[in-house]
Amino acid sequence: MFIRYLRRELSGRRKQTAIIAAAMALAIALVIIVNALSAGVRDAQSSALESVYGLGTDITVTSTPTAPTAGRAPGGARFEFDGDAGSTGNDGTQEVSQSLLSTARGSATFDSDAVKTISSTEGVAAASGVLSLTNSTFDGELPQRSAMGDNAQAPGASGVAPPEGGGMGGGGQFDVNSFTVMGVDSAADAIGPLTTATLQDGRLLTADDAGKNNVVLDAAYATTEELKLADKLDIGGTKFTVVGIVAGSGADAESASNTYIPLDVAQKLSDSADKISTVYVQAASASAIAAVKSDLQTALPDNAVNTQEDLASTVSGSLSTASGLVSSLGTWLSIAVLAVAFLLAILLTLSGVSRRTREFGTLKAIGWRNSSIVRQVAGESVVQSVLGGILGVIVGLVGIVIINVFSPTLTAAAATTGAGGPGGMGGPGGMPGAATAVTSAASNAVNVVLNLPITPTVIILAVAISIAGGLLAGVLGGWRAARLRPAEALRSVA
Amino acid sequence: MSELTQTDTTITTSQDITMMFRLEAVKKSYLQKGRTVHALNGVDLEIPAGQLVAIQGPTGGGKSTMLQMLGALDRPTSGTVSVGGKAISTLGDGALADIRAHDIGFVFQHYNLIPTLSAQENVEMGLAPLKLPAEERAMRAAAALASVGLVERATHLPGELSGGQQQRVAIARALAKNPKALLADEPTGNLDEATRDEIMELFVQLWREGLTIVMVTHDSAVAARAQRRLRIKDGKITEQV
Repeated sequence: MFIRYLRRELSGRRKQTAIIAAAMALAIALVIIVNALSAGVRDAQSSALESVYGLGTDITVTSTPTAPTAGRAPGGARFEFDGDAGSTGNDGTQEVSQSLLSTARGSATFDSDAVKTISSTEGVAAASGVLSLTNSTFDGELPQRSAMGDNAQAPGASGVAPPEGGGMGGGGQFDVNSFTVMGVDSAADAIGPLTTATLQDGRLLTADDAGKNNVVLDAAYATTEELKLADKLDIGGTKFTVVGIVAGSGADAESASNTYIPLDVAQKLSDSADKISTVYVQAASASAIAAVKSDLQTALPDNAVNTQEDLASTVSGSLSTASGLVSSLGTWLSIAVLAVAFLLAILLTLSGVSRRTREFGTLKAIGWRNSSIVRQVAGESVVQSVLGGILGVIVGLVGIVIINVFSPTLTAAAATTGAGGPGGMGGPGGMPGAATAVTSAASNAVNVVLNLPITPTVIILAVAISIAGGLLAGVLGGWRAARLRPAEALRSVA
Repeated sequence: MSELTQTDTTITTSQDITMMFRLEAVKKSYLQKGRTVHALNGVDLEIPAGQLVAIQGPTGGGKSTMLQMLGALDRPTSGTVSVGGKAISTLGDGALADIRAHDIGFVFQHYNLIPTLSAQENVEMGLAPLKLPAEERAMRAAAALASVGLVERATHLPGELSGGQQQRVAIARALAKNPKALLADEPTGNLDEATRDEIMELFVQLWREGLTIVMVTHDSAVAARAQRRLRIKDGKITEQV
């Protein structure tokens, strides 16, 4: 009887049913889309952070950033040639070729003992130190030294050199090239830059590679330089054998590099014995991150300790804007629409009860208990809301599919916090000189395609919200109907 | 059930007669627009089972309030109301609903059928509180509709029925539960003369079958068909001969 009465009432009062269902559908659809947007942006943010800082990394430890001092910035290559460098040509020019491995510009190093300190800290599951370096190669002819004077400085000494090229000046012609080199702990496989990379060819570095001149290349770099497995690559004046090629999670990512070599070799070639630039730390559990951060800050007062949460705040760009929009406007909009839908459901149910005073008075007169009437009103209201909820889920899912079809791309730019970024490419010099300084520009922008996930949780949440809305409206309406005294209900319509 | 001897105008009672309704010094007051209305002002009344009683009186005299007391729809402000031997003054809402569900059938001037339900379903609504199996409920509803001559109209919505037919459906709804008493508030108030007579014939037939019927009416022709006529004015009840 309950079902039949309910069905007849809902179909007999189509207008009210449609209004409540439509309002609920709109609210639910909005909640679903905003929720999915929020999850999508969160995923994108997480993906961006993984690209920038490495998969599984909970905390990074870097050298505390310091304001640059006047003059030459730390890191970067500085070529110096004496009279014996290279060979002298017939025209009196000096042919030189020099490869230098130095710490990446903007990157500061610190003692590698920090890794031991970090590893022994309670709550740390894994820690891996890396050394970010830039390899710069000067290859070409320099004009006669007599024309330049001793130790003359080449162009670009204090500026950013263009990526690549040749320079002419006073009869000299040369190329300056640079690429990034990252010294990684080849024994650490749980965490570190290479954990984000996908092996394309060959193998990754292992513990056996320690002390060996083996290199793993980033796939994009290998393609550009036409390098393949077993080829030789000059790094810091030493020939390295290509043992693997990986596809990085982002060529522009902070943790990504053009090349990866064993840490001890990197330290030796760059004269950075026992030095590292970043330690990637994985906490034993998510709940331990805050405590680990605090312990590390105490243990390493001279270093910067950043969690993913700290890092997330450094992400800027359209991803950050989307995140802000979703968390503020989207959330408030859903709450507002949900509140309006709930209010509408309640008001229409209450007004329906008022219009049905005679009906409920009659039901009481023929023996219906208050509980039966409350159940009837609540049942009708829940069904109306659930109908709206189902419609809302459909509209919401269609909305998500449409957004995913358009696949908006968001950019995330991460501000460096002292960690070494990838070096740029050295540019052409042009001025005569015997020495050149190559600067690198960090570029940490990552493009992330926004993909809205469809999760059962969201659908369950939507249905739960609609049931809750219906119940709230129904219980209030039912309570009002139950409060009607039968005699008054009949008197009021007599 | 009772040893009531039914004649057109006289009743004979004995100690064995079952008293359907008993009111003792009943007062009922309620607030209406900030003013206290004394609808019943010390009413003493006994209605034995099996009587056909008509209550008449001017508008606002207390007729409807009287019917609500008899129907366990309301409790008296003071005094005692017994329905089928149960004093309703001390009963809770649930117990009053049970009395209405089992013992009392209501018929209203405006029929008060649920417009979205068919005639059969409307009758079944009166059986819903009895928690009968669906088949029995449907069977009893169909039998009640048959008893008022509306088998053919069982699937019709109230809007598809005439006023007289709607009132018959309302009577079927009241009868389906086999009540001890039928209370009717202006049952012919919205009907034309011919239909009024049909309904009254039905009432008389039900009364002859032993049902207690109390009806409030303005219509003297209807009241004239009753076995007993009461007049209520200013909350006081008087017997009319």
